[in-house]
Amino acid sequence: MITFDQVGVRYAEAAEPTLRGVDLTVPEGELCLLVGPSGSGKSTLLGTVSGLVPHFTGGELTGRVTVDGRDTRDHRPRELADLVGTVGQDPVAHFVTDTVEDELAYGMESLGLAPEVMRRRVEETLDLLGLAELRGRALRSLSGGQQQRVAIGSVLTVHPKVLVLDEPTSALDPGAAEEVLAVLQRLVHDLGTTVLLAEHRLERVVQYADRVLLLPGRGEPPVLGEPAEVMAHSPVHPPVVALGRAAGWSPLPLSVRDARRKAGPLRDRLAGHAPAVAPPATGEPVAEVRRLAVRRGPVPALRGVDLALRPGGITALMGRNGAGKSTLLGALIGLHRPSAGTVRVGGLEPHRSRPKELIRRVGLVPQDPRDLLFGESVRAECAAADQDAEADPGSCRALVARLLPDVDDTLHPRDLSEGQRLTLALAVVLTARPPVILLDEPTRGLDYAAKGRLVEVVRELAAAGHAVLLATHDVELAAELAHRTVVLAEGEVVADGPTPEVVISSPAFAPQVAKILNLPGLLTVDQVTRALERTS
Amino acid sequence: MPRTAKSGTRSTFGPRQLHPGAWWLWALGLAAAASRTTNPLLLLLIVGVAGYVVAARRGDAPWSRSYGAFLKLGLLVLAVRMVFAVLLGSPVPGSQVLFTLPELPLPDWARGVRIGGAVTLEGLLFAFYDGLKLATLLICVGAANALASPSRLLRGLPGALYEAGVAVVVAMTFAPNLVADVQRLRSARRLRGRSDRGVVAVLSVGLPVLEGALERSVALAASMDTRGFGRTAPVPRRVSRATAVLTLLGLLGVCSACYGLLAPGGAPWAFPVLLVGLAVTGAGLVLGGRRAVRTRYRPDPWALPEWLVSGSGLVVAGLTIWFSGRYPEAFAPSVVPPAAPTLPLLPAAAVLLGLLPSVVAPEPPRSTP
Repeated sequence: MITFDQVGVRYAEAAEPTLRGVDLTVPEGELCLLVGPSGSGKSTLLGTVSGLVPHFTGGELTGRVTVDGRDTRDHRPRELADLVGTVGQDPVAHFVTDTVEDELAYGMESLGLAPEVMRRRVEETLDLLGLAELRGRALRSLSGGQQQRVAIGSVLTVHPKVLVLDEPTSALDPGAAEEVLAVLQRLVHDLGTTVLLAEHRLERVVQYADRVLLLPGRGEPPVLGEPAEVMAHSPVHPPVVALGRAAGWSPLPLSVRDARRKAGPLRDRLAGHAPAVAPPATGEPVAEVRRLAVRRGPVPALRGVDLALRPGGITALMGRNGAGKSTLLGALIGLHRPSAGTVRVGGLEPHRSRPKELIRRVGLVPQDPRDLLFGESVRAECAAADQDAEADPGSCRALVARLLPDVDDTLHPRDLSEGQRLTLALAVVLTARPPVILLDEPTRGLDYAAKGRLVEVVRELAAAGHAVLLATHDVELAAELAHRTVVLAEGEVVADGPTPEVVISSPAFAPQVAKILNLPGLLTVDQVTRALERTS
Repeated sequence: MPRTAKSGTRSTFGPRQLHPGAWWLWALGLAAAASRTTNPLLLLLIVGVAGYVVAARRGDAPWSRSYGAFLKLGLLVLAVRMVFAVLLGSPVPGSQVLFTLPELPLPDWARGVRIGGAVTLEGLLFAFYDGLKLATLLICVGAANALASPSRLLRGLPGALYEAGVAVVVAMTFAPNLVADVQRLRSARRLRGRSDRGVVAVLSVGLPVLEGALERSVALAASMDTRGFGRTAPVPRRVSRATAVLTLLGLLGVCSACYGLLAPGGAPWAFPVLLVGLAVTGAGLVLGGRRAVRTRYRPDPWALPEWLVSGSGLVVAGLTIWFSGRYPEAFAPSVVPPAAPTLPLLPAAAVLLGLLPSVVAPEPPRSTP
């Protein structure tokens, strides 16, 4: 269906070609998963299929990409619109109209389909994606998962043979991600659509893939093969694969279910060797929330939340999109005024405090770290941070040197990779030495390597006595880092306790290792390997 | 007559959205009526009529809440007008001085401009009437906006204008996004320990906001391109030339006719030229539509309720304009000397005809969240 013939892409200002020597074929009706570290050219490869590369982004395309016999070099994206459907990370950026039904029809209108055909296909698509009861709703009023399903539906109505998706679940909570992936699987099964999907969070998708295309980056050639074979050597892999590799299972299981069937002997061997649960952080709380209620517009976002953050403790805040996680972080930093209850951070009431004093008590890295970075270069950013925090000149630069050892001082913050940008924002926040650090969805868009570095940095911060609160959808991150997990639903706390207890009891928030082994205290591959060392 | 789904239009049975064109005609009718009077009682009656219909027939989409925003905007306009009248004085000669502000001495070249000085009852009253008229016009637009989002209106544009319409829609959705961006970045300033209040805070986020807006528009353009926006059917060269010539000539005709109509005395040739110009432009647009391959998904029907709603707005406008000639003193209550405005009964009854849509327009479909 999709043929790459010696494809290479080089952008004008880049020293190295982004893609080189891609020579492979994706057969019809398969779900092909595209994996690789950040910057390995995944988005570029997807762009060559939809025709956005080179027609829209510029750059130089060598070789040939053909989709169902059409050369994407000779066909502009609009001429491929009936053949290739494209969905990106952010559904809101994709929407052209303002209601669900109009959005589903938009692509067909552009192609000039007959009214009767449009009517029938809209109804079919509403049913296929479970959107029937939302048909008249305004797109802005939908949840993230619903929006992403509408975005997929809006390209499906033209019956494309190929669907190209760039990290469709990265902004979604685990439940909504399941929803979207279930839909994709149904498309492959029922309609025979060829799906090309790039994703960082492999634990969510790898079991659905018929084939995995690995872009190792650094000029190494791409690998296309059976998921288990590719995963056995891939530098990026989900925890289930890491566990399988550590336990020496062959063939490598890719789904929790397959792994569980193999895990009997491992479970027996590990029973009783679980690591001791870390004692809960003690000491006076540095931030405390009591019976907090916050309204955002007409909607109550938080209703009676209690939370205390203690030095050295890492707390994960979980819950579906719109459960009130960001609002709680915002209340702790004084962005939202409590409508009832109290918030105290280091003895201050955040919404009444001057920003200059507050940043010495609490720092927040927002969902998009770019919001925090105003400077023209890393150096300027650091100088501004020192000035804002009234710290000694060079404090921020020293932090950057520690957290981000080999970054070019003259780079514009927008030109850094996602992970580097996040770390730079963290360094800026840390310059004021706040005892409380809040991270909003820190792993969005990070690959496994960047995530690993983030885990190290946060652990160091906690060891140095900072209290850390992270709002996240990433169950693996929470399992790896958090001592304590708080689950919010509709603005209320529904679970609060040590991470092992909270996540094991919930199927949505349990990490893969816990689902496979179901042994108390063992949540991550790291813990398992250490326990294995102890047994031998 | 109700149509079936065969022709593609939506059914006229049950709850449905009224054709956006009908709502805009109705609102423009009310606005035309408001533009004819400074009588505050009539103006408030028009605001009341618009508000009642909005309350009765708006949907539950986000833009349906815009009536409140326009109401606030109207009050702001009124307040600004009053403040200016107090500070800069008023062109109306008045004798009843309420209070006197210290007057700023201005150099000779600024003769005719006054800052401060006596504030008269007549001047304030004049400013109040004038401001209220402007506020009412704004509120009428707000009512149309709440009842039918402008992007739905633009969907009905002829094929040749479709691309221009999309540009307008995109521009309109950017305004709320920009406001959200400014708010987000201002709170980010707070995270850096800088003040989030004041003009400096808003100005300093200008560049990042522009960058964000630019990125979003590029993303949207990419999305639209991949979804087939701008696909065109091949047309013979003669046709595209004819389109250009017709449209250009037609617009020229319309422009010169407008000039003729507005010129003092009015030129007798202007009206026929206007008609011819419109017809030629229309022909150009129809020809231009041949390039577009687009079809329309379930266009809104234009049935009896649409006729009644738009008709009621036009009747209000027509009657008010006619009455304004017959009762000029009731439509423009005397300011010098100040007199209590009275409500002229017949024009008031005419304005009340604008309530018709609250009964004849179909219920909008409501989604249960």
